[in-house]
Amino acid sequence: MTNEPLLALENAGLQVDGRWLVRNVDLQVGQGEIVTLIGPNGSGKSTLVKLGLGIHQPNEGRARLKRGARIGYVPQRLAVASTVPLSVRRLIDLGAKRDNETALDALEAVGIADLVRAPVQSLSGGEFQRALLARAIAGKPDLLVLDEPVQGVDFAGEIALYDLIKSIRDTTGCGVLLVSHDLHVVMAATDTVICLNGHVCCRGTPRSVAASPEYIRLFGARAADALAVYHHEHDHTHLPDGRVQHMDGTVTDHCHPGDGHHHA
Amino acid sequence: MARSPIIATPATGTTMLDDFFARALIAGIGIALTVGPLGCVVVWRQMAYFGDTISHSALLGAAIAVLLEAPVVLSVFGVAVAVSALLLIFQRGKLLPSDALLGILSHSMLAIGLVAIASMSWLRIDVMSLLFGDILSVGRVDLLMIWGGGAAILAVLSWIWQPLLSATINEDLARADGLRPERTGMIFTLLLALVIALAIKLIGILLITALLIIPAATARRFSSGPEQMAVIAAVLGAVAVVAGLFGSLHFDTPSGPSIVVTAFILFVFSHSSALLSRGAK
Repeated sequence: MTNEPLLALENAGLQVDGRWLVRNVDLQVGQGEIVTLIGPNGSGKSTLVKLGLGIHQPNEGRARLKRGARIGYVPQRLAVASTVPLSVRRLIDLGAKRDNETALDALEAVGIADLVRAPVQSLSGGEFQRALLARAIAGKPDLLVLDEPVQGVDFAGEIALYDLIKSIRDTTGCGVLLVSHDLHVVMAATDTVICLNGHVCCRGTPRSVAASPEYIRLFGARAADALAVYHHEHDHTHLPDGRVQHMDGTVTDHCHPGDGHHHA
Repeated sequence: MARSPIIATPATGTTMLDDFFARALIAGIGIALTVGPLGCVVVWRQMAYFGDTISHSALLGAAIAVLLEAPVVLSVFGVAVAVSALLLIFQRGKLLPSDALLGILSHSMLAIGLVAIASMSWLRIDVMSLLFGDILSVGRVDLLMIWGGGAAILAVLSWIWQPLLSATINEDLARADGLRPERTGMIFTLLLALVIALAIKLIGILLITALLIIPAATARRFSSGPEQMAVIAAVLGAVAVVAGLFGSLHFDTPSGPSIVVTAFILFVFSHSSALLSRGAK
């Protein structure tokens, strides 16, 4: 296994109609790592994700995806026209055909196996996000990219969804790039937070970002307070070389739950 | 406008293809089977107005064909591609929204076609049959072109079907999957231009879009998957063509409108139960 990141942006920038949507951004997502992009609306989070995925090409700097890496992408907004007859099962086959077992496993993982035959137009916002997530994980991705996956999901559902994303990472070892408009709920699962506002304001562990003056300026002091509830679950650190340092001080190549280094 | 169809009693020693009506039926079924799946994509991607624009430009294509003594299908296809390219250039300019651009191009192309034909008075072009279709004009070569072309169009469509569906649902999703939605969309546009060129003789310029959209819209009610909808639309289109052509023969009405009226009746019947139950609430 190489330490080459799954996704890397180097000094990346995108200019549209003479305006820089994002600029001077460095970002890496390695295997087993969860990186969260936060920032206010219009701060360029989705743009950055699209640069990383090769949907947009940067005008400046570089964007690289690891060759051969399988990508599971859940875009921010997706409305399927009522004219398209599309069941949840068929949605999973979009892009590449999956066998029934794989599709059902994915739907079970996100908790909507009972909706396999339902037309996608009949789903609630949260159910549809889960269906898209199921489609993404059915491809056994090396990198999962989720652009505001909790839209239209209530607070309890939000926590459940982030727990799910974390458990997918823990079981498959995939890298995750997550976009969120605020930090506090994302906390539990995240290794690295990058706070964006056209450029990178600050980055680091969730706790260090939450304490940074740039973050507080963007989100207000109350947002930082909300973090205390969640940070206890952070039981290991990803080293720059891709290895993992656990709370007990040991260093391993990957982080697997149940390898003895994690909390029970 | 409508030439009274003479019911030919085939003389001994002739084949079924000598009968203009049999030829029209075979041609119409071939067109309907091709147009059905394409029409579904047109409905999904909201390209109805685009279909109108392409078909309206076909009048100019037909005029050029007569002027240059070139094959009509080729000339119509060429003009359709040129108009699509023009539209793309205008859209990139972002000066006007797409529907305004389509409105401008659609009607301008129709007008240019009519003016061109009128100004070339030495050419005897039957405008009415171009506008509304003429079953008498379907010859053996047309049958070959329609079935051969139709088969080729469906082959290409099935080849791009999955990426086209992905791109229709969400272009970013398709790109993240490593697909190229622009290229797929462009291929689909070419298929659309080609099928319109093939269908003009039978349906006419003004009504081709109807045959694209109505069977697809009717099929939506009976479909739970995109592929199923494509097949049902093809079958419904064929039913409309057969019933419409018999109606055209019986009532001495032009073929294109007769086919479209039949398709519309099927649409109304299929949706009436839903409309009634909704109205009852």
